[in-house]
Amino acid sequence: MSFRARHLLGIDHLSPPEIVTLLDLAEDYVALNRRTVKHADTLAGMTQINMFFENSTRTQASFELAGKRLGADVMNMSVAHSSVKKGETLIDTALTLNAMQPDLLVVRHPNSGAVNLLAEKVNCAVINAGDGRHEHPTQALLDALTIRRAKGRLHRLTIAICGDIANSRVARSNLLLLGKMENRLRLIGPATLMPAGAGEMGVELFEDMREGLRGADVVMMLRLQKERMDGGFIPSEREYFHRFGLDAEKLACAAPDAIVMHPGPMNRGVEIDGTIADDINRSVIQDQVEMGVAVRMAALDLLARNLRAERGRAAAGVMV
Amino acid sequence: MTILHFTNARLIDPMAQTDATGSLLVRDGVIAGIDAEAPQGATVIDCNGRALAPGIIDWGVKIGEPGERHKESFRSAGLAAAAGGVTTIVARPDTLPPIDTPESLEFVTRRAADAAVNIRHMASLTKAREGREMVEIGFLTDAGAVAFTDGVRQVADTRLLSRCMTYARGLGALIVGHPQDAGLSRGAAATGGKFASIYGIPAVSPMAEVIGLDRDLSLVAMTGCRWHADQITTARALPALQRARDAGLDVTAGISIHHLTLNEYDVGDYRTFFRFTPPLRSEDDRLAMVQAVADGLIDVIASFHTPQDEESKRLPFEAAAPGAVGLQTLLPAAMRLYHQGGLSLPQLWRAMSLNPAKRLGLPGGRLAPGAPADLVLFDPDAPFVLDRFTLLSKSKNTPFDGARMEGRVLGTWVAGRRVFGGAA
Repeated sequence: MSFRARHLLGIDHLSPPEIVTLLDLAEDYVALNRRTVKHADTLAGMTQINMFFENSTRTQASFELAGKRLGADVMNMSVAHSSVKKGETLIDTALTLNAMQPDLLVVRHPNSGAVNLLAEKVNCAVINAGDGRHEHPTQALLDALTIRRAKGRLHRLTIAICGDIANSRVARSNLLLLGKMENRLRLIGPATLMPAGAGEMGVELFEDMREGLRGADVVMMLRLQKERMDGGFIPSEREYFHRFGLDAEKLACAAPDAIVMHPGPMNRGVEIDGTIADDINRSVIQDQVEMGVAVRMAALDLLARNLRAERGRAAAGVMV
Repeated sequence: MTILHFTNARLIDPMAQTDATGSLLVRDGVIAGIDAEAPQGATVIDCNGRALAPGIIDWGVKIGEPGERHKESFRSAGLAAAAGGVTTIVARPDTLPPIDTPESLEFVTRRAADAAVNIRHMASLTKAREGREMVEIGFLTDAGAVAFTDGVRQVADTRLLSRCMTYARGLGALIVGHPQDAGLSRGAAATGGKFASIYGIPAVSPMAEVIGLDRDLSLVAMTGCRWHADQITTARALPALQRARDAGLDVTAGISIHHLTLNEYDVGDYRTFFRFTPPLRSEDDRLAMVQAVADGLIDVIASFHTPQDEESKRLPFEAAAPGAVGLQTLLPAAMRLYHQGGLSLPQLWRAMSLNPAKRLGLPGGRLAPGAPADLVLFDPDAPFVLDRFTLLSKSKNTPFDGARMEGRVLGTWVAGRRVFGGAA
């Protein structure tokens, strides 16, 4: 098997064959999820804890469902409301949970690198469900699966990522993944929402959305991260929508069969026009949600296999 | 009367910029002569060809007294300094509470007797370091403050700062600025660029330093005060510094050893021991700063010793406390610049000893008759791997943990008294 990672902390440490392995397995789970009986017992007996230091509904629900469909015992913890307020540090919270012997830990945290720090302190497999402005690997993987199913391939596509790139971990993970799979990448957005050094990342930059969308096969819209903006990135939402909101007229610049993606939750009328989002001929936004569960099942499954193999080697006294 | 005779030494003289074999005579804690005849009864110390230099004067050391004695005390800082070849510590006033009155200065002066090395103190520039009212610069100068600074808090109010500078000028007091624009720097933990963007770390453009420096230099030109930039770390700030120097302003600048030996990529996988204020810069900047030290445009190299306990660092990168301990690693880190960076030992000692002495009006930094016998004997080539738990500071937050280094201190003398090292 070509998936070797112990944790899924980011796309950065995955190789293209590992990405393909994960997506191929996710295809199986897409089929399973469309059946009436959606149960596989791959993770039976294992414990999965979803630890969210930042509020989330969609991602947490997706991970919970993924774990449950694989037969794991799933526990959700919204740490944003509990022990952090009592002054407990991230590491202590992690060590406390670790002592309860979980097998899979799914973590979201508002600080970049926090999940990496936590992964060093626990002896279970860790999945990064989003850390600050750093990475959100399962989002990039579900986007990749959605693109592969809609376009029939995951390479040599022209992909435009539009909007709040600077504050987006989704954009970073997608840049890494789609770059590794050899696609042509464009970033579109106002200069205030472009990360510093974007010019050195092997992408094309556009401030004119129409120009940036020209001939694009995939249009990936990002949510305007209002909660991460400490003031003054854009003058107003209506000006933003005028210049960078995706509407029918701007979408007409893209390839005729271009698909429209959005990681959700959407700000309708801010970054995307409602009718585009709901257009079943163009929008694959609902498919992304469906692929999300399948990709997370695949990630949990692969990490659990590696964990079992590692524990088996340890029990057999094999030095690794 | 005690007489020490250091023989067969590689004498590093930062004043004459020489590096030559010779002997040094010390009488009653004062340097009495170079290559002089040793009188009867002198204690001979054979240096075996190792380097003998003026003790390091480390400008900008944080000691946890008062307020954070669990991080560092005068006693532990003194031990670390002696082991690192630092014979004079110039302590920072950003303590809890800050050193902003003659009374608190008297307290730390008294506490400093715990240390085996010389300790001089800076006072804060504004009361409680709040940037609202100036401290009693006159009283504090009389009580021994060698300079005035609010540390890494930039005084944002330019009118207040211009008044502090004008008032200080009348007293000949030295103000140490932190030329980093506060607005741009807010919340930043890395330098803006590809590295910080990919790792998602809140970042500040290196331009914040240019803006901060331009503002402060304009105020210096306006008021004519004596001014020192604590750390200049980016290549783009150097032309402004050069212009100020050419215009005859009484301006000097320093840099931390970490900015001369590490770059932003050393942060790697969110290693919090590499978080600094200002943040580590690009490799181009680092190289430009090494050249600026060689050219004498940057006057001072210091450790900016900042002890932090384990809990302050066991946090996500952007939430972790900045700074590193450096009293004991300043010399071996500086040897990286000697072995690979193209700086000579006399050039390094000009920046680590002579220039701080000159700027702060201290007697050390020279290998000349009449200067105090504050000396360090070291082997610039001795290799070792640093284990942070062997450091004598109470705090062990060093970015050089596990690093291969060269340069071992063999002995340290303060006013002719040996404070570190066994029999030579």
